[in-house]
Amino acid sequence: MLIFAITRLVPGDPAIALLGQRSSEEARAQLRIELGLDQPVWLNFEAFAEEGPRGLVRAQYPIYMSRLVRGDLGRSIFSRIPVTESLRSRFPATIELTLFAMAFAVFVGVPAGVWAARHRGKIQDTAVMTLALSGVSFPVFWLAIILIYVFAVTLGWLPPSGRLSVATQLEPITGLYVLDAILRGNGAALVDALRHLVLPALALGTIPLAIIVRMTRSSMLEVLSQDYVRTARSKGVIERVVVNKHALRNALLPVVTVIGLSFGSLLSGAILTETVFSWPGIGRWVYDAISARDYPIIQGGVLFVAFIFVLVNLIVDLSYALIDPRIQYS
Amino acid sequence: MSDTLTPVNDARAADKPRSPWRDGLRRFFRHPTGIVGLSIIVFFLTISILAPVLRPYDAARDRDLRARLAPPSAEHIFGADELGRDIFTRVWHGGRVSLRVGLIAVALAVGVGTFLGLVAGYVGGWVDTGIVWLLDILLAFPGILLAIAIVATLGPSLTNALIAISITQIPIYTRIVRSVVLSLRESEYVQAARALGSGSGRIVARHILPNSLSPLIVQLTLSIGVAILDVAALGFLGLGAQPPTPEWGLMIRDGFSQFLRAPWMSIFPGVAIFLSVVGFNLLGDAVRDVLDPRLVE
Repeated sequence: MLIFAITRLVPGDPAIALLGQRSSEEARAQLRIELGLDQPVWLNFEAFAEEGPRGLVRAQYPIYMSRLVRGDLGRSIFSRIPVTESLRSRFPATIELTLFAMAFAVFVGVPAGVWAARHRGKIQDTAVMTLALSGVSFPVFWLAIILIYVFAVTLGWLPPSGRLSVATQLEPITGLYVLDAILRGNGAALVDALRHLVLPALALGTIPLAIIVRMTRSSMLEVLSQDYVRTARSKGVIERVVVNKHALRNALLPVVTVIGLSFGSLLSGAILTETVFSWPGIGRWVYDAISARDYPIIQGGVLFVAFIFVLVNLIVDLSYALIDPRIQYS
Repeated sequence: MSDTLTPVNDARAADKPRSPWRDGLRRFFRHPTGIVGLSIIVFFLTISILAPVLRPYDAARDRDLRARLAPPSAEHIFGADELGRDIFTRVWHGGRVSLRVGLIAVALAVGVGTFLGLVAGYVGGWVDTGIVWLLDILLAFPGILLAIAIVATLGPSLTNALIAISITQIPIYTRIVRSVVLSLRESEYVQAARALGSGSGRIVARHILPNSLSPLIVQLTLSIGVAILDVAALGFLGLGAQPPTPEWGLMIRDGFSQFLRAPWMSIFPGVAIFLSVVGFNLLGDAVRDVLDPRLVE
């Protein structure tokens, strides 16, 4: 409703935006009918008076909502391709990038946070926390540009853009190229897809990485000062077991929450990262739609990302019970 | 004589209640990273304030076509852009734009968020339900994405970017203030104030609002960094400041198209964003350390 309202309450006529200032009034009126913009926005009281309750909902918002619950997000104003179809084709690219960025953030961030906590106040702690602070302070699009400049342009180690090299052949199955290459047993495509993923995943994963490091460290510090950890140490349990078995599991709960919330920053950061790396995902698609004022795409893209964000947070909530058996959902 | 008086003076001094704010300030000035953060911010604020007075070139208009895409040199220490404009001057003036938008956006969010939080927490009932419902909707969207959606529909401009960033930050403040109000509404001293005949406005102003200040100040300091990053992101996407405004995100956008020939066009505005955000993050962390009662212990 919010997204619908902000796209409809804007001054200006989409018909003029589409057809241009010099278009005829007849053409504009025809387009408004085609787009359903000739109907009232919220409820149609005129039709209600003539046809009863059925006429009341012959308005833009009820029609939009009834289509939405059927999974119909409308069509692109320019290409006329259904939004859901484009979403389906672009989603794998975004989810692949997001998952790799998240994997990078988690697999580097959690050990780094634990390491910093174990060396509290020492140089290792200061170094990790300084890097973490830098991580949350980088503009993601700028970091992406710098990574391309250093690793693709100057050193020539990694490709600067896209998902696969032109010469690489890969018949998609799932749309997740790394997975597809494994399923097809195509080693060359696998290496190529991974090489293309490194820089965007690094750029996109830096902010979540920094947040995870900070949260893991503070959570670990809290747990390491608990009585049961002292008991374990006084029993003579070796430090590695105390940290990994006794402390880490209890310290993970807030970290999992942060991982879930970081998914939001990843999905929105994808708009910026995909733009810089010409990554053909939802982010790049929404960016192009913003430039072209293609409202159904902006509306559908934003709604879809918000839906995924809420879904991930729900999964995170449910995962608490797995991590901490004391939490039960009735 | 003086030897006998000294302990008495000390005892009086000890009995005198110490202001928590003065204590906080004393702790803050012993916090090295906080001092670094504050110094960075003071530096950026100073050059931003001085920008209109001390300017080697006009940030938007002065063009030297002979210096197009010139690398850093003694004449143009950060180089020049594709129109021959001095990047140092533009980065300098960009601070004025980014800091102003960041500060105003956060100030608006704090104002509206605090008001909504006070109303929701104090009035309760359906008003509270309605406000919480609105917040839940806003929180369902990742911050910058909501800002992008708002600006994409309102139209690209710096003012609309400011409004959008402000809207995305309102729920944070409403939540903080509402939770403080809910925890204090039934406390004994608020009930005592009510029993003594204090009106709602007085209770809110004298008892509830001062207790919300500490978490609000911590959040505010950290939010400014986020707002600066968001302004730059919107500028980079072409949704914030419009040319020829010297805004850091927009400058990186311009530099991106020239980035193989003139990487300095992107590098310096990015460093400026990074440093200013580091400044606010360091300050925010230090303020949190100083104001968090658990850390005070």
